[in-house]
Amino acid sequence: MIAAPARRGLHASNGAAPAVATRPSLGTLWEVIALVPDPEIPVVSVVDLGILRGIEWDLADASTLVVTVTPTYSGCPATDVIMASIRDALFAAGVTRARIETRLSPAWTTDWMTPDAKRKLRDYGIAPPDGMSPPGRPKGEYRSAKREGTPVTPPEAPTSALAATSRIDVAGISPLRHGAAVACPRCESRRTQLLSQFGSTACKAHYRCLACLEPFDYFKPH
Amino acid sequence: MTCDEDLFQYLLRLGDSPLILAQRLGEWVGHGPVLEEDIAQANVGLDLLGQARWWLSYAGEVEARFRAAGRDEDQLAFLREAGEFRNLLLAEQPNGNFADTTARQFLFDAWHLLLLRALARSSDPRIAGIAAKSAKEAAYHVERSGDWVIRLGDGTHESHARMQAAIDDLWMYTGEMFAPDAIELALIEVGIAADVRELATPWRQHVDAVLGAATLKAPEGVFMQQGGKRGEHTEHLGHLLAEMQVLPRAHPGARW
Repeated sequence: MIAAPARRGLHASNGAAPAVATRPSLGTLWEVIALVPDPEIPVVSVVDLGILRGIEWDLADASTLVVTVTPTYSGCPATDVIMASIRDALFAAGVTRARIETRLSPAWTTDWMTPDAKRKLRDYGIAPPDGMSPPGRPKGEYRSAKREGTPVTPPEAPTSALAATSRIDVAGISPLRHGAAVACPRCESRRTQLLSQFGSTACKAHYRCLACLEPFDYFKPH
Repeated sequence: MTCDEDLFQYLLRLGDSPLILAQRLGEWVGHGPVLEEDIAQANVGLDLLGQARWWLSYAGEVEARFRAAGRDEDQLAFLREAGEFRNLLLAEQPNGNFADTTARQFLFDAWHLLLLRALARSSDPRIAGIAAKSAKEAAYHVERSGDWVIRLGDGTHESHARMQAAIDDLWMYTGEMFAPDAIELALIEVGIAADVRELATPWRQHVDAVLGAATLKAPEGVFMQQGGKRGEHTEHLGHLLAEMQVLPRAHPGARW
């Protein structure tokens, strides 16, 4: 099996599957899938985004390739297209049967995005996620967009084991305004302003640059 | 009842609220006050719809363990009657004006995030996985809806008055969010369900903090309506389902 983020370990994994003379190697197939673009942001691939988690030959049927993917957002309408595109690419590469399995846990995070993917996003005009996903962020205060001086205090934690982690950390969930200001992908100014928490897709927020006045999308840390 | 039957009922509750709320948000598409919010609202709805699909798919698999055949996500969404839905009454309330929609969303989101974070620790790994994923999305939802409560509450006289009226109108539907019944208590016992009673205080603190920043007040002494968990709904759900279900019912098995 080749498992993400093991792009560096392709060679070691190639011989792991039982030898079947006619089928392509897993290393080759990983590279094939690495060319499948995201349908809504075509400059990055499903591998760049960290959606592809692993490929292996089915133990019960050596001609079936099992592809494991982790969806980005639960309602992302691109998911079905991505799966169909992966299937098409594999068939074109000589795979006769492919089964795509969805893995929910651990949940997809922008931390899996490759540095190369972030560069491609910026070149395309989308500000890449700035820093780590919200749970790893330093705490700040939640402030109203209108009244900058009114922090909303985080409530106390419930006591039971199951509810112990459910403390609402309003600090940690407000990365858009409280991390370092998002840099404009065009002019690199950090004088930017959030317009809406959701941009053209669920994974992006809508910003405008106050320096060059261009609107842009920000791929949110998730 | 067996544990699987309880679990099936519980999964319907988890799935039906986001499903019904997603349908309500879908009604806004093309009618938002500004383009950005039209899109944002649709994106929140899509997240909720995606979450509902995870829950209802799992519900169908659990149902197959104690009935001859389990229903799939589509059968559960499109072929149940109003009395078989287990969503919160809050989720089915009509969109009203933008303040009504915003109040409904914020009161729900603040609860939903707490619930999902608690469920991420469920002893059922499938529930924990869906919840952990969904909680990341819900964190963005409550940030947006909270911002709008503040923006409208602390806005003009008109927007303030509408926001306050919306909070007052919907408050009576928040009580059932924190009231477990026998099914939930049994599942809490085995660590599968979240104890919603423990969410009441942090929810109220969050809501009060946002309402305070918005110069709004939570109403007092309100009689709390309940019934969603038993399938006893307000008159609005039937109308919503009529629109949501018309195509699969008129053309059974239709595919794109």
